[in-house]
Amino acid sequence: MKIGSKIYTTIVFAFLFAPIVVMLIYSFNDSKSLSVFSGFSMRWYKELLNDRNTLESVKNTLILAFSATAISTVMGTAAAVGIEKLRGKWYCRTLKTVTDIPMTNPDIITGISLMLMFVFVGRLVGARTSLSFWTMLIAHVTFCLPYVILQVLPKLQQMDKALPEAAMDLGCTPLRAFFKVELPEILPGIITGAIMAFTMSLDDFVISYFTTGNGFETLPIRIYGMTKKTVTPKMYALATLIFFTTMSLLIVRNLVDNDQRREKKEKKDIYAIK
Amino acid sequence: MKKFATLVLAAVLVCLCLSGCGGSELTLNVYNWGEYISDGSDGSFDTVREFETWYEETYGQAVTVNYSTFASNEDMYSKISSGAVSYDVIIPSDYMIARMAQEDMLLPLNFDNIPNYKNIDDAFKGLYYDPENKYTVPYTYGIVGIIYNANVVDEADIGSWDLMWNEKYADKIVQFNNSRDAFGTAMYKLGIDVNTNDKALWDQAYEEMLAQRPLVYSYVMDEIFNMMEAGEAAIGAYYAGDYFTMADAQAENVDLQFYYPERTNYYVDAMCIPSCAQNQELAEIFINYMLSEEPAVANALYTYYASPNSAVYNNPDYIAEMGEDVIEVLYPDLGNFSEQYNTYAFRNLDAEMLDYVNTLWENIKIN
Repeated sequence: MKIGSKIYTTIVFAFLFAPIVVMLIYSFNDSKSLSVFSGFSMRWYKELLNDRNTLESVKNTLILAFSATAISTVMGTAAAVGIEKLRGKWYCRTLKTVTDIPMTNPDIITGISLMLMFVFVGRLVGARTSLSFWTMLIAHVTFCLPYVILQVLPKLQQMDKALPEAAMDLGCTPLRAFFKVELPEILPGIITGAIMAFTMSLDDFVISYFTTGNGFETLPIRIYGMTKKTVTPKMYALATLIFFTTMSLLIVRNLVDNDQRREKKEKKDIYAIK
Repeated sequence: MKKFATLVLAAVLVCLCLSGCGGSELTLNVYNWGEYISDGSDGSFDTVREFETWYEETYGQAVTVNYSTFASNEDMYSKISSGAVSYDVIIPSDYMIARMAQEDMLLPLNFDNIPNYKNIDDAFKGLYYDPENKYTVPYTYGIVGIIYNANVVDEADIGSWDLMWNEKYADKIVQFNNSRDAFGTAMYKLGIDVNTNDKALWDQAYEEMLAQRPLVYSYVMDEIFNMMEAGEAAIGAYYAGDYFTMADAQAENVDLQFYYPERTNYYVDAMCIPSCAQNQELAEIFINYMLSEEPAVANALYTYYASPNSAVYNNPDYIAEMGEDVIEVLYPDLGNFSEQYNTYAFRNLDAEMLDYVNTLWENIKIN
């Protein structure tokens, strides 16, 4: 690497990681201050473990993220398969653009319009409160869907169309052919889509804020609520923990990915020899 | 097969909807500022859980408290006025209470269910936002004072708002970064009514602010905590309760002190029941519980703000825990609180005045 590009890389990494490093350091601070480091302690980690409300909101966030991911992954994969089948039809392009809208739309607009719709429907049904966990889940599925579709579609396009046809030729029903042949082919796309959906759902604030109901508080909303007073270092501790969890998840995924690629390459080599 | 799958999916969706709307269990929805109640962290009193236990023991029925937080009065207002949510108890600030009462968004309280209201000091009754004491029970109050670093500031210079205009401390002064609070400092200094509709008086305050600008190190809100703690800034106005937070975390070469200038800003946050409440009686029982000695003391210890509740400020354990010197700062002898409060507290300005003030404010920040 040339010296110039070395410097450039360093700067980029510094910008990306300096804030996280600062937070990490101050999560071990003995006092409440963000400017004075008065000694190393695990105090905020201990306090975090005793803070039932925060842990509750972490739990809520995870429940929401997991359910939204599960639903949007299934729906998104089905939608991608459907869209792929429509290839060549005149409305296929339109359909693809429409499914992209929740992704390109500013969050604040998605949030407000979803809230208005929920309130409208709620009034129509005569419910006293229209927002709840379920409205939030619908909202999260809405904005997670396009990410799944976007990840799965290219995999479908790359797949050899002859594969499912061959399976059906050999007596598979279309459904079986999908599960036995197509699904394994597009699985990497589905996994990437699911991971993206999960991260999107995990850190969404704007849409959640507008669609959350009584008492179901996710972590981003709770942290926002703290900004009026000071955000306690408990939050740095929590963010540090979350950072390391995601980090290790990513590392695991990359290892798995590499393994798969190697396997595939070996397989290809074998075929080539044959 | 396809039809069957569709049917199952539809059935699942319907079930989801029903379970979302159903549920007849007793629940209480509380909406409060973040970090504004003793929540059991660090071995403190867990107000919400203790209430649930107490309620079940007293009334023989289980109750679930859904506790949510907001970051500003405006957030809370927009959420409630959207009609999409229902809360039973909310704790907004004074000016927002006045606005909500005016817009019929609050329910009159039934004080038969709130016998502990007798603990509230008379000074906190008949305040401008609720002159007939119909809608509110005060939770905390606070007074703006000036925080200074005694290692930098001369003892002789303190005592009034002039300190924030003192040229000796150029580039060491921090000023509020919002129009109402910032103009407030200038208007208290000049003795102008902070709620005036007279544009000429606002212009006078504007001139004062312009004169101060070259001395100002930065216009800040929450950043003031770090700046004062680290000694980066030496003079700034903030709430008494927050001063203690800063003093607790100050750096070694910093010695933060605090005083109240002659005229200054007051706020009161009070518990009320919005008109969307689903269980008014339960809400009143909760408010009453919050006024009883143990939870009230725990909350005052946790939030570090002053309490209008005599069961708190007369409690010897509370005084011992906070320390005499802290109590002295938190509960200054105000003479007639309600008169001071009704004169100096910020009220809602009408839209035209707000526009005018915001234009002046932008001029200060841009120039």
